[in-house]
Amino acid sequence: MAAALTVDCRKTFPGRFTAATQLTLPLDPPRVLILFGPSGSGKTTLLRCLAGLEWPEEGRIQFGSTTWLDAASNIRLSPQARRIGYMPQDYALFPTHTVCGNIEYGLSDLPMAARRERVRELIALLQLQRLEQAKPAQLSGGQQQRVALARAIARRPQLLLLDEPLSALDAPTRSRLSGELRALLTQLHIPSVVVTHDWAEALTLGDVIAVMQGGTILQTGSPQEVFSRPANAEVAQIVGIETVVQGHVVANDNGLATVSVNGTMLKGLGADVSGAAVYVCIRAEDVLLEQTGNSVISARNLLSGLVTEVLPQGVLVTVTVDCGFPLRAVITRGAREELGLVTGSLVAAVIKAGAMHLVPRSTQQLADQSLK
Amino acid sequence: MNWIAIAVTFKLALLTAAVLLVVGLPIAYWLTFSKWRWKFIVESVVALPLVLPPTVLGFYILVAIGPHSPVGRFYSDVVGHPLPFTFEGLLLASILYSLPFAVQPFAAAFAQVDHRLIEASWTLGVSKFKTFFRLIAPLSMAGLITGAVLSFAHTLGEFGVVLMVGGNIEGETRTVSIDIYDEVQALNYAGAAKTALLLLAVSYGVLLLVYAMNRKVWAVWPQR
Repeated sequence: MAAALTVDCRKTFPGRFTAATQLTLPLDPPRVLILFGPSGSGKTTLLRCLAGLEWPEEGRIQFGSTTWLDAASNIRLSPQARRIGYMPQDYALFPTHTVCGNIEYGLSDLPMAARRERVRELIALLQLQRLEQAKPAQLSGGQQQRVALARAIARRPQLLLLDEPLSALDAPTRSRLSGELRALLTQLHIPSVVVTHDWAEALTLGDVIAVMQGGTILQTGSPQEVFSRPANAEVAQIVGIETVVQGHVVANDNGLATVSVNGTMLKGLGADVSGAAVYVCIRAEDVLLEQTGNSVISARNLLSGLVTEVLPQGVLVTVTVDCGFPLRAVITRGAREELGLVTGSLVAAVIKAGAMHLVPRSTQQLADQSLK
Repeated sequence: MNWIAIAVTFKLALLTAAVLLVVGLPIAYWLTFSKWRWKFIVESVVALPLVLPPTVLGFYILVAIGPHSPVGRFYSDVVGHPLPFTFEGLLLASILYSLPFAVQPFAAAFAQVDHRLIEASWTLGVSKFKTFFRLIAPLSMAGLITGAVLSFAHTLGEFGVVLMVGGNIEGETRTVSIDIYDEVQALNYAGAAKTALLLLAVSYGVLLLVYAMNRKVWAVWPQR
């Protein structure tokens, strides 16, 4: 069997829930697994169990051929023995140590020369030049994040665990650094588990997404699969984005990008690089449906297609339209009756450019950006 | 002034502070980080000298190290003389008497160290022992100094325990506070005043140092 990280454990949170988590992450090639879910869904707890900072009452955690936890046999490998890189949510930089001191903290087993060399490499990789002697309190949020990452990867860990790596940053910095982080994770080639509750971050960073609720993993799959085809209503509610498709930016005019999705041209805001691969994300409630024929409107996206599925859900109806890609819209039952929508109907879908979220995806592009 | 008593007192206070710095750290670490549900029992034992009359504490120590106790007999067999009314016996009593004055500031300082920093250190492969010396101790430095200084100052002024366990042997167990008492008994108020002033000045100087450094870790006084 190929090497994998397997988790099958149970932990009780008195008064809240019992988390029963099952998860398998193949280690070769290294992938970035996103633990995605709302606050209190057990993401951080699972990450801390992987780090050896929390102990499930039952179950096993296996990393390749090494057993990290086996509650039945009382095997509990300490955090020190797991050779992991762990970055907590607020970075937890050591306030009494300089940037260099923080980075080399876990390298005390190395000879002095090797330690210096490794610190120098990491300072260059994470662009921390001229900050070597600064204390954490003197750094910006983005710089602190880089130091924390450098410290986490300094020992060349076999598994990288990042808890909400961007949440402590302001929104503009977050969107800039998410691309850089993805490029870095690709470059490092280390299996990684990243906790986030931000769907754009999940799409940018992850190769695989595990959606969590109540300590349980509801669905695991590629970002596109999970966001576009949620396994059940609970997952759909958690991910909140009904249409996620891959596309390429073919033109960009003052921030208004034209994206090709399976040959269908869409206009949206966000990606500023031509030729970049992006995820196009559209919420179902942002899609209007109308009868074909009304052609002049202010919205930038007017797509016609055939209805492939009509799914009543209480007073609302989810309609899937094939516009060259499956597009989901949520309308009321009354609207559906007036439009006479059934499977096979021809319909026009209207989406404003501002409702089209473009999430960069091309790691090469991101790597180029971060090296600038 | 009785310089011999002053020398005995400072030697006793310095040794007590030094021993408590070594013995108090693991106790404070355990009290701070242990998740044992009954640890309040140990906490209460450590804090007992704060509320017990020194004579009561001294009485029990005297009994515990006396020739009729197993500890006293063992010490006597190994060293060749009994423990009560010797400097070593007095040192042991002082350590027990000043234990909360060291342990409580240590524990208060450890408790203020952000636990996420400690966990980050563990995940970087650094053992609990090394994490203590590389991270927790430097971050708790003010509390460590406070504990050491307070136990030193507290030992300078002890009277009841010294009298019970140490007696009043010149050059061995006769400390400044007993010397002052003897001077007053002999109606030598001038001699007593000089020694008392010295003790007052040293004690006040030491407390000034503690307060100036960081009053937050003064655990004996309610924290603000």
